[in-house]
Amino acid sequence: MTGLFSEVFLSALLFGAVTAAIPLLLAGLGEQISEKAGVLNIGIEGMMLAGAYLGFVGAFYSGSLWLGFLTGAAGGVSVAVVMALLCVRIGLNQIVIGIALTLGLEGLTALLHHFQFSRSYPRLPAADATVIPLLSDIPVIGPAFFKHHLIVYLAVALVFGMGYIYRRTQLGLNLQAAGDKPAALDVAGIDVVQTRTIAVLTTGALAGLGGAYLANVGAGLFIPFITNGAGFLGIVLAMLARGRPVWVLFGALLFGVCLSLTTAMQVAGINIPTDIIQMLPFLAVMIMLVLFGRRASLPAALGIPYERGAR
Amino acid sequence: MSSLSSSSVAGRDIVALEGVTKRFPGIVANDSVDLSIRPGEVHVLLGENGAGKSTLIGMLSGLQQPDEGRILVDGKPTPITSPRHALALGIGTVFQHMMLVPTLTVAENLLLGGPWWQRPRTEELAARVAEITSTLGITVKLHAKVSELSLGEQQQVEILRAMVRNSRLLILDESTSMLTPKGIDELGALMRRLVEQGLAIVFITHKLKEAAAFGDRISVLKLGRKVGEIPPERFRALGEQEIVSEIVELMFGKQKDDPEAVERPVRTARAGTAPLLQVADLTVAPTDNAPGLSSISFDIRPGEILGIAGIDGNGQKQLAEALAGQRAATSGSVRLDGAAIETLSVGDRRRRGLRYLTDDRLGEGTVGTFPVSINFFLKQVGAAPFWRNGVEQRAEIDKRAAQLVREYDVRTPSLKTPVARLSGGNIQKVLLARELAEGAKVVIFNKPTYGLDLANTLASRQRIRDTAARGLAVLLISTDLEELLGMCDRIAVIANGALVGTVENADDARTKVGRLMIGLAA
Repeated sequence: MTGLFSEVFLSALLFGAVTAAIPLLLAGLGEQISEKAGVLNIGIEGMMLAGAYLGFVGAFYSGSLWLGFLTGAAGGVSVAVVMALLCVRIGLNQIVIGIALTLGLEGLTALLHHFQFSRSYPRLPAADATVIPLLSDIPVIGPAFFKHHLIVYLAVALVFGMGYIYRRTQLGLNLQAAGDKPAALDVAGIDVVQTRTIAVLTTGALAGLGGAYLANVGAGLFIPFITNGAGFLGIVLAMLARGRPVWVLFGALLFGVCLSLTTAMQVAGINIPTDIIQMLPFLAVMIMLVLFGRRASLPAALGIPYERGAR
Repeated sequence: MSSLSSSSVAGRDIVALEGVTKRFPGIVANDSVDLSIRPGEVHVLLGENGAGKSTLIGMLSGLQQPDEGRILVDGKPTPITSPRHALALGIGTVFQHMMLVPTLTVAENLLLGGPWWQRPRTEELAARVAEITSTLGITVKLHAKVSELSLGEQQQVEILRAMVRNSRLLILDESTSMLTPKGIDELGALMRRLVEQGLAIVFITHKLKEAAAFGDRISVLKLGRKVGEIPPERFRALGEQEIVSEIVELMFGKQKDDPEAVERPVRTARAGTAPLLQVADLTVAPTDNAPGLSSISFDIRPGEILGIAGIDGNGQKQLAEALAGQRAATSGSVRLDGAAIETLSVGDRRRRGLRYLTDDRLGEGTVGTFPVSINFFLKQVGAAPFWRNGVEQRAEIDKRAAQLVREYDVRTPSLKTPVARLSGGNIQKVLLARELAEGAKVVIFNKPTYGLDLANTLASRQRIRDTAARGLAVLLISTDLEELLGMCDRIAVIANGALVGTVENADDARTKVGRLMIGLAA
């Protein structure tokens, strides 16, 4: 048990927690904007996979992580376009389409990867960290929180950006009305379908970015099914956050700690079967659902396609 | 704002409809309707449920497009393509169902619809609202959440929203249906002030008295057709009573007087017969959101109608459910025809002849997506002859259902139509047919005419009278005192879950019941 609570161990644990939390954070924020607008986006896992694969391919061939993030976000958006067309415009069942997209993308990305790289798993070089002066010198916390890739800080800043949009802008009002009472938004002269489409495409971009981060920075490589349920965790986060981005951040960090513990405890050689350790994040989901699930408040029109004048 | 007198602008229609027709699968909702809407006038659209009022509004507000005919705005033919377009043309609508986002504040709701790249202009709005509310004499809490407002306040917010957007034509769709009598009077006064400012108002209602009291011009719709119009000149020349009788003539073509005023049939009290339903000391524990019942006792004899009067939410629903077995009673006895039934299940009580017509017609009364035919037999699922060995006997069900449809005059396109597609009055007929079917001895009616139009109200009341005349015992729960006075033999008043007094329905019953309802002894 020696070294379990040493400074180095703790800061490695927290560093890993942040790295694991970022994809969840981006997925959760993305899911949140869709749900706010009344679209239950089960396809987010598929959007993350598309982002992870295209993000990796982009970064691998260009050698630029940023270009990888861009292609990753574009991959998420391209899946979101299908979702928006089928679920928002045509009004098909959001759950069925979401599951179909996730399953389809699982197969498609695995297949494309196989064609391209056969059974090899090329790695990307480790990502450059942006070290924040002064703050990064604080013991334990410094190396854990202030030596990350720039996109990490941007993702955290996005939390507050989203909060501002939801509470202070016309767009935020429109999004909330689209989820709570779309008919009211429609008679106020705003196109509900358009508002929801914007929300779903944003979800795609954020989920794709999250996937790209997961592959390029978190793992440094792409393997089939790499997201391993991160999108679904994002859905749980969005539902528990009651529409507030900052709660998505807290939730993502909590799950991040659990995921990081899984690795850290294995590294520390603690004598617990690895299967039990790997259960931790999912146990945490269940505990959180039991504790806070009742308080989850969802928009009234969530999951219901909007049709003008329908009785 | 300059106040325009109605005469100076008369003759210029803001909006006119010419031969507008709208069809939905199976029905013609509007059949070649002409309408002229002028500034400074309250134009009342009067019609029963299903007369096509809401469809007409849908077309004026850009939600639906006419199949034939045209809409003229300021004399020019203008297709109204979307709600946004309608707003831009100056047509503001207050829909029957509230169109406010309950989770947003009043101010946020008023700001909804601005360009998305803008920051909401809160200060500008506050100034504009202050200006409008002061001329109209209303007050609005801008920072309250809409879900915290009363229905009347929400409606004022909706009217205010139309004014903030510079509407020239304000459409009020069934706006009084959810208001208190005081709220209705206030709305009437507000409409008057608005038309004095030169606005045009279209006011949709199915209540004759409101039409006569608030209107300048009345158009009567019947089954999608416009069957008559009373222009302002004629309107002013007639007294309120004459207007009402003229409208009734147009709508029904038969009765001359106020159709709701019905002579109460004098039934000979059957004092000698044994009570069919005896309730003694029935007690139900209160829950978080519902009052309980405290030792309720009454008897009902065969052929008798006992009314339960009281302000809504004083335990009426709990009483009905406790009797029907849907709510557990803590103590007390219920005897049906002499036999104790208080321990029996809902189904057993029904089989013994106790029937309950719920006021929640679509919630617990019917399964909306099931066809009309199955809804007739919802409480007999699995029972012969409609089900045999667990298998539905389609032919048997359809045969009996067709019979009931004729007998109870249910207006439905077919037996297979999902019951939720019918109007409220026709759903009520399905319920009546089901509950009054063979074997009924005691029938509990909970608000049987709530939300129904006049024709269906009268039909339901007649059905209840017939039920009593057949020798059944009737418990009639209603919040409409006129209805109770017109139908009951005795009226008990419920307050806070207790019966505070029972009154014989004689000439002075109105005063006595009224005194009991406001907490004075009869």
